Amino acid sequence: MVLEQYLRERLQHKDLLLMTHVVCGYPSFEDNWRELEIMAEFGVDMVELQFPFSEPSADGPLFVKANQQAVADGVRPADCFEFMRKVTEHFSFKVLMMGYYNTAFKMGHESFIKKLSAAGGCGYILPDLPVEEAGELHALSKPEELAPIVLMTPTNTDVRLKVLGAAAEGFIYAVARKGVTGGHTEMGDDLKAFIAHCRQHTQLPIAVGFGVSQKSDLDFLRGKADIAIIGTAALKAWEDGGEDSLQAFFSGLLG
Amino acid sequence: MSLFDFADGREGYYGDYGGTFLPEILATTVEELRLCFRKCKEDPTFWAEFVELMRTYSGRPTPVSYLENLSNKLGGARIYVKREDLNHTGSHKINNVMGQGLICKRLGKKRVIAETGAGQHGFATATMAARFGFDCKIYMGAVDVARQRPNVFWMENLGAEVIAVQDGQRTLKDAINECLRDWVTNMGDTHYVLGTACGPHPFPEMVSFFQAIIGKEARQQIIQEAGKLPDRVYACVGGGSNAIGIFQGFMDDNVELIGVEAGGHGPDSGLHASRLAYKDASVGVAQGFKTYFLQNDDGNMLETHSIAAGLDYIGINPILSDLWEKDRVRFEAATDEMVRDTLKLVMRTEGLIPALESTHAFALAVAEAPKMGKDEVILINQSGRGDKDIFTVADTIEDDHWKAFIKDKAVEYGA
Repeated sequence: MVLEQYLRERLQHKDLLLMTHVVCGYPSFEDNWRELEIMAEFGVDMVELQFPFSEPSADGPLFVKANQQAVADGVRPADCFEFMRKVTEHFSFKVLMMGYYNTAFKMGHESFIKKLSAAGGCGYILPDLPVEEAGELHALSKPEELAPIVLMTPTNTDVRLKVLGAAAEGFIYAVARKGVTGGHTEMGDDLKAFIAHCRQHTQLPIAVGFGVSQKSDLDFLRGKADIAIIGTAALKAWEDGGEDSLQAFFSGLLG
Repeated sequence: MSLFDFADGREGYYGDYGGTFLPEILATTVEELRLCFRKCKEDPTFWAEFVELMRTYSGRPTPVSYLENLSNKLGGARIYVKREDLNHTGSHKINNVMGQGLICKRLGKKRVIAETGAGQHGFATATMAARFGFDCKIYMGAVDVARQRPNVFWMENLGAEVIAVQDGQRTLKDAINECLRDWVTNMGDTHYVLGTACGPHPFPEMVSFFQAIIGKEARQQIIQEAGKLPDRVYACVGGGSNAIGIFQGFMDDNVELIGVEAGGHGPDSGLHASRLAYKDASVGVAQGFKTYFLQNDDGNMLETHSIAAGLDYIGINPILSDLWEKDRVRFEAATDEMVRDTLKLVMRTEGLIPALESTHAFALAVAEAPKMGKDEVILINQSGRGDKDIFTVADTIEDDHWKAFIKDKAVEYGA
């Protein structure tokens, strides 16, 4: 797999990779571009581009607002793919589509995969699509070398983690805690045990997200996980004070 | 025919509709709920416990009333009404809620959450929580809180916390999103009492299971009262729980089943909540399940409108989507205007005050009855009572005495 190979190569030089998140068209595509330039300057390895959806039921308040504002501003999946194409042509980090399943379902599985591949994306994260329902989409992804990213969570049983491990490609998205995006996560023994538990069911690199927001979180994850996922915290920094604030955020995070 | 004989590997699917589309974090909780419900469904003593609870607490069986005046006035079919409005808390919602209360007890959970549109489901859930001793939080769109204050008042006084949801369109669908966000956080001690036969499996099946009590009673009663099975059964359809409840009593009979959706301002207005009767909806996946949704070409949900908050929803019961495609259920819509006129007619001729939701079913029956023969029988499900709608109804009929009363009250409260 292209994505897994890329991550393994990066991991030879860095002990913890970074994946960040942008909600397409929020506050605007121009702002998104500037955010991505800053992320690139700080050596971000992967970026999720979230396609806005009207019912973002797994997201916390800040991403809910971002999704709904972008939808209200008329941001469409076609605009997001077009933006993705520009991003993948210009930047060297890898890009994933993130969104809700209805976006892919409504345009049709084949069309979704074709457009994602043409835009230079290397995988997708659809948190409301369970693996039982993902068979057709996963099968279509293989010839295009697109990675369907599977989520593992602290509430999953061993039986379930085994099923999830078998379906995964690229890397595992380990959800650090219960709840929606943007809340606080206790970086402690429970999380350490959960990551180790995930390792028993996959050989893939493990990315940890939900509540990862500061330098001490990255220090905690180093040596336990392979990738840290920064979502809400970066958008919050941008909302607080634009470029300067986002730059200061990444300086603090990686300093 | 059983609606719930699933093919191998297709549990939770009705034709192409239904399924379970939830974040992975809920997989274990939903599986636990599915297994608990399965056990209860297979245990005949569980159903007996449920029926006994509804008899002693909610006044079941609710009667079937013959509307002689209305039948004579319209000059066609004989019209009968199943009186779900006579339940405790004033609607059929209590059937599902008390049933899920029993399930919640078996799950060993101490806290319940629920979404509500008109407030009837929230009111019923707050009642159940008080009775069973559960903590209770109700999510309600801010727009609905504004138009259904009397129900909010009762929920709060029954001990529930009511959260006015400010996201999105601020109606029922947004309240469901907020419930899902609560549930992914608190599933350890919390049961989500979903109020209609929508959402992820096993909810459509479970809600239908409890609401089937309406149809079981109604079939026996109509034969006794009318001397025959009905020719047509009418029920309003928002999410579609009262409809699937009464329809299940007549699935194997030669009875026409009619679901009546919210026509709002009419077919081409963009201001309605009619998924199947009008042509604006398409198949999608949202809020945990696959069905017909009012959505645009990108899969983003459209604004909906209805005079009745309880019908103002983007999606529809997946079982009904399947029955509609199989031509087993006919779908029609009643506009806001038809509903206003019908409510006045029913109040004056029969002394009944159906909820604005239920009045949609009456509106279609009133329109079709004159074209039917006098030997034919209509059964309408009056899913709820309308006195909760006093503010909306008083507004639409512009009642001057009511306005004066509200002004006086405002002065009394120091406004």
